[in-house]
Amino acid sequence: MRNWISRQALLADYTLSALARRRGRNLALFTVYAGIVFVLASTMLFTHALRREAHALLAHSPEVLVQNLKAGRHAYLTQGDLDRLGRLRGVSRIEGRRWGYFFDPVFGATYTLMAPASESPGRGDLHVGDGVARVRGLSTGDTLALRSAAGELHVFTVKKVFSSESSLVAADLVLMHPADWEAFFQLPGGVFTDAALSVVNPLEVRSVARKIGERLPETRVILREEILRTYEALFDWREGLLLALASLAVAAFAILAWNQASGLSADERREIGILKAIGWDTRDVLTMKLWEGGLISGAAFSLGTLGAFVHVFHFEAALIVPVLKGWSVLYPRFVLTPSVDAVSLLTLGLLTVFPFTLATLVPAWRAAITDPDEVMRGTT
Amino acid sequence: MIFQKSILALLFASGVGAVGALAAGPHALAVWRHWDLESGSARQLRLERRSTLVSTGMALLLTVQSVALLLFVFNADRMASQFVGAMCAVGTLRVDGFGFPALLAQVAAFFGSSVWLTMNAVDGRCRDRPLTRARSALLLALIPVLLLAFGLELAFFLGLDANVITSCCGSLFSIQAPGVGGDLAALPPGQAMTATFLLLGGTAAVAARTVHRGQGGLALGVAGILAFAVALAGIVAFVSLYVYEDPHHHCPFCLLKPEYGYRGYAFYVPLLAATSAALAAAALAPFASARERGPASAGRVRSATRALAGVALGGFVLVLLLMAWQVASSGLKLLAHG
Amino acid sequence: MSALIELSGVTKVFHEGRHNALVALEGIDLSIQEGRITVLKGPSGSGKTTLLAIIACLARPTSGRVRVAGEVVSNLPETFLAEVRRRTFGVVFQQFHLVAGLSALTNVMLPAYTTGRPHAEIARRAGALLDRLGLARLSGERVERLSGGEQQRVAIARALINDPPVVLADEPTANLDSALSADFLGILGGMRDEGRTVILSSHDPRVCEAPLVDHVVRLLDGKLAA
Ligand SMILES: Nc1ncnc2c1ncn2[C@@H]1O[C@H](COP(=O)(O)OP(=O)(O)O)[C@@H](O)[C@H]1O
Ligand SMILES: [Mg+2]
Repeated sequence: MRNWISRQALLADYTLSALARRRGRNLALFTVYAGIVFVLASTMLFTHALRREAHALLAHSPEVLVQNLKAGRHAYLTQGDLDRLGRLRGVSRIEGRRWGYFFDPVFGATYTLMAPASESPGRGDLHVGDGVARVRGLSTGDTLALRSAAGELHVFTVKKVFSSESSLVAADLVLMHPADWEAFFQLPGGVFTDAALSVVNPLEVRSVARKIGERLPETRVILREEILRTYEALFDWREGLLLALASLAVAAFAILAWNQASGLSADERREIGILKAIGWDTRDVLTMKLWEGGLISGAAFSLGTLGAFVHVFHFEAALIVPVLKGWSVLYPRFVLTPSVDAVSLLTLGLLTVFPFTLATLVPAWRAAITDPDEVMRGTT
Repeated sequence: MIFQKSILALLFASGVGAVGALAAGPHALAVWRHWDLESGSARQLRLERRSTLVSTGMALLLTVQSVALLLFVFNADRMASQFVGAMCAVGTLRVDGFGFPALLAQVAAFFGSSVWLTMNAVDGRCRDRPLTRARSALLLALIPVLLLAFGLELAFFLGLDANVITSCCGSLFSIQAPGVGGDLAALPPGQAMTATFLLLGGTAAVAARTVHRGQGGLALGVAGILAFAVALAGIVAFVSLYVYEDPHHHCPFCLLKPEYGYRGYAFYVPLLAATSAALAAAALAPFASARERGPASAGRVRSATRALAGVALGGFVLVLLLMAWQVASSGLKLLAHG
Repeated sequence: MSALIELSGVTKVFHEGRHNALVALEGIDLSIQEGRITVLKGPSGSGKTTLLAIIACLARPTSGRVRVAGEVVSNLPETFLAEVRRRTFGVVFQQFHLVAGLSALTNVMLPAYTTGRPHAEIARRAGALLDRLGLARLSGERVERLSGGEQQRVAIARALINDPPVVLADEPTANLDSALSADFLGILGGMRDEGRTVILSSHDPRVCEAPLVDHVVRLLDGKLAA
């Protein structure tokens, strides 16, 4: 075993010096390699982070949401509707929620104005999410004037700026007093945007939904698990499509790697011949060549992944967001929480290092089977 | 739904494995028919050179394929959230009719591959290459298995449809369920536990004897397969109950979920390792005792057999201890009376 | 007394089974005694290099048997043949064949890289060999900057790094002037005095007729000549 390790170390050492001697030739390949890893890793890290954000977002959202419909369009729920829902087996809590979207023409941003049932700010006060605070340059104590759809100007005082583990949750949120909310949107008292139901046992969610449908036929019932499923499918699909496209790039790259590995220079061929003649065997040369690929792979993989990490979590994935639009429209600006998962890395390796190694194997073997006695004949 | 990163990676690994084996087929056939180390003929030299390529290449492909088995199961579990009715890997695997066949084919491919990998490694250490022809034959036999595994996997992933309402472990591994799952779930936990522990212990003893004597790989292989089947049955019949602390939940796949700390992998990985080591020891058996082999090679084969038996011993004992610990530490007391 | 190297019925055919098949060696029976200097002598194209390659386990004969120290090596797979080669033989090639771009020291160390011995130990031995051949001062120099004679001495040091009992040299004086040839023969004598077996191929009378040589084997058209 010690022998084996020392032999590998020497072969790796030799390979390093060989790589250094042929710097120029390997640099181009290395650049392309690292670039491909970078694109793939950016996509994976980005979708993985989005998925996490979505989970964080939904973790706090209720299991079941009920929206009222009139003529198939969204309508407000009244206290009467909530009373008619009454007590349902398996539902631990029913809460009417007041919220609405507000488009701020000055900054071109959309806020979610919400009036929580409990712990709401006082009249005339606001709690704003850090995204809103950043866009409007607000801090505690500032006043904020918003012009409602009806044209009136409403002036509020910012009492608190809050943030959360997930900026998707908090970024665009503005909390206000229920009476202010009704006044701002010119709504009658006692109406709710929707109702949130907490269901503890996931197995009962479907039967709860069925019963709601029976009691309030004109409502739409939205299940958290459905939203999660849709998100998952959406993320997976977009990510996969991008990867499928990128795999064309991987294929092209594999061909490049094959070419490069087969195009041994006369020098290199001679060198391998000499090594074989002085006592190396096919497996030694093959190991050396695999080390060569491994070292290039290792460096390109680390560099590409690291670059992707910085790109996604510090530069907001600026280079791939246009391709993956759909998400970026929803949330104009947000910084994702850094996270990396092992399965993504494993998959990334399967899609890059594995094909590269395969592509270089046959050329490496071709080089390695050089007859050891060839050197004795050669006159060069 | 095949445009998902894990699915693409799995299909790629499995496809390349199958294509690689197919490409190595003609070489394996030629080795089977013409291998003769005594000759220095051009053909023999060509075969020997190609063998280096095929060995290295297939070693790479089959290793990746073996890791892919774990990724396959992990992915099935992860995807459960995308199908109505699926709570764990079982739900995903039952979205279409190819899920479980694909899993079985992959397990078969895993065992075949690991035996081949072992034979390849041992053969590389023997001067007279005693296993070369046998391992070529095994490679030839592996080709259809790998192709089948790939085909089933492809069919399974192509058949995944988010609109299908699937049924999950509750209907497959419960006392009322028809089929093997139901039968296993219906076994009385106490007797199942006794049988599992006895068989795992017995197999470990066979392995220990093989470690000691460097022979008896064949018996170990038979015992290993039995122990594998019985351990799986035991997981359904009683281990699962203790893990979930629920006397009616028998699913062997929910064990793999993060909620249970991915505990299933702690059972399945050593179990797979131990079983494939036992099978590999059986595959080496004809070469450990052959009189006409050079003594050096037979010695190496015997020491490899010992090492494999050691792995099998360690693996089965580990599984046994994990199961016992699971039973002892669980909040569920099924056998409080006895 | 049993020979160190024994060949029986060794035949080598190039391009076997094709129209341009060429029998380079035919039915060679030869035994080489331990601790002697043997010269393979013959005109160009007579098969000297091919025979040396087979003796040095660099190539396998098409048919026939080769024994090294009593062990049959002609049916060994390449990996094990390479092992025997590393353990038993050091070869000095006609064109030296050093790896350009590497230092003299690294070149000397190369054959030991695959033995699994630790780097420091190999480097120490390589340094000592270069020192003994009067090259200590040049050990860090890249080999392509050395003169022909210096290159040959690096090649000799490289042949000795694994401390082989047998040293082979193919036409060692073909590229050397008389003075250097004489030096080389001196080094060979030193090797024999250390107990090594030396096998040379040459048609250079300075070598074949040197008093140092114990045994001359004549080759003609791939066959042993009386
Ligand atoms: N690889 C080869 N392929 C074909 N012919 C070869 C090869 N190597 C050597 N030969 C032929 O074998 C014969 C013997 O060559 P060689 O051993 O190099 O002779 P010498 O070293 O005595 O000059 C020559 O005719 C040469 O052309
Ligand atoms: Mg010659």
